[in-house]
Amino acid sequence: MEIPYAVKPRPDTGLYNAKLGIWLFLASEVMLFGGLFSSYILLRVSADLWPHGMVSIPVGTFNTFVLIASSVTVVMSWASLKLGRLSAFKGYMAATILCALGFLGVKSFEYHAKFTHYDVWFKDSATAQKYFTAAYGEKGEEVARKQFVERFHLHNTKATYDANQVQLAGHLEGNPLFATLKSLVGAKKETVQFTPDAPHGTHDHPKPIEVKLSDVMRLSAYVPSHSTYFAIYFTITALHGLHVLGGAIVLTYFLLTADKWWKKNPEQLANRVEVGGLFWHFVDLVWIFLFPIIYLL
Amino acid sequence: MSQDHSHSHGPGEACDHGHSHDDHNSPEYIQKTIKKYLMVGGILFGGTALTVAMYFVHFNSVALTIAIALAIATVKAGFVAGVFMHLSDERKMIYGILTCTVFFLVGLMGLTLWAMNDFPFFTIMDGKPT
Repeated sequence: MEIPYAVKPRPDTGLYNAKLGIWLFLASEVMLFGGLFSSYILLRVSADLWPHGMVSIPVGTFNTFVLIASSVTVVMSWASLKLGRLSAFKGYMAATILCALGFLGVKSFEYHAKFTHYDVWFKDSATAQKYFTAAYGEKGEEVARKQFVERFHLHNTKATYDANQVQLAGHLEGNPLFATLKSLVGAKKETVQFTPDAPHGTHDHPKPIEVKLSDVMRLSAYVPSHSTYFAIYFTITALHGLHVLGGAIVLTYFLLTADKWWKKNPEQLANRVEVGGLFWHFVDLVWIFLFPIIYLL
Repeated sequence: MSQDHSHSHGPGEACDHGHSHDDHNSPEYIQKTIKKYLMVGGILFGGTALTVAMYFVHFNSVALTIAIALAIATVKAGFVAGVFMHLSDERKMIYGILTCTVFFLVGLMGLTLWAMNDFPFFTIMDGKPT
């Protein structure tokens, strides 16, 4: 039995099945991302300190341009089908998929950079100051303090600065992924080589310093458990990334089976691409809000 | 399966906004929309560049900074939804679905923000509720 309104629109709603289905699905997606956005606002407004400048603006801007370009190419692929141009459809759809892969590639590069970047908190102020001096010389405490102030955009620096809370940011020897104090101690290490980040506003990376693990209170890569900021950052951007991946898989399927569907039922192919395109535009739309919230504000 | 190439609203059928949807299938109409798509693509690129440029302009008010960034994002989202997702010219049923969605989204955001008053606010200065 043939399913009614799979291709033709239903007379009362004016919609074919898949179009009604995708809009109901997108409505649920709005609620999903809406919940996460409201969580973000709640967490941020309620936080004592919220870091700033933890992600690269040029990288985020590049990815925004990539997603916008993919939105244009996916709608052009649908228009090409409507004009009866199958080869143009294939070209635009391939460009869309390339943009999706580009976006995911850049995102994975960003994630890798976070997973190999560490913050170290020391057991007490005196110990922290000893390491700040080892990292940045005589003015070590001032440099560390400036980095803290810049990260958290504090105005009343004297009131909020406490050496015990200030972290030393940098990279561990060998650039391990997800290392923790527990895993390092478990590996029978007593010290680690740590390359501190360049002082704020410079590119002069200090020489590696030796950090005694017995002096460390906490050590964490930039992973969700690092802080509330990274927890919500990874939750929202990873969920968005999964949507990009899912969309790319569906669009690739449309591209690979286009010849078959073009011969069998070109109208249905155009409908499928329209529905896939609607999902893709939604993914772009979410990123349009994510970009300023995560990268700029 | 049908081999008909007609638009989703059906041939000769009047759309919610009055005109025939046969117009929407004509090559002239599609060509016109292609121009619109490219123009909107340009606007979105420009909007992104503007958002980043505004980041480097320092306003005294944090609220103003947030409002400007979100206003630009909303305009960009409006173009994506209105033109790329065809919401400027859609069926009533879809508008109905979206109206319900907006109602529940506003409720979700509103209730969450309302709950903010329930938080005990601490500061790192003294570690006590203020």
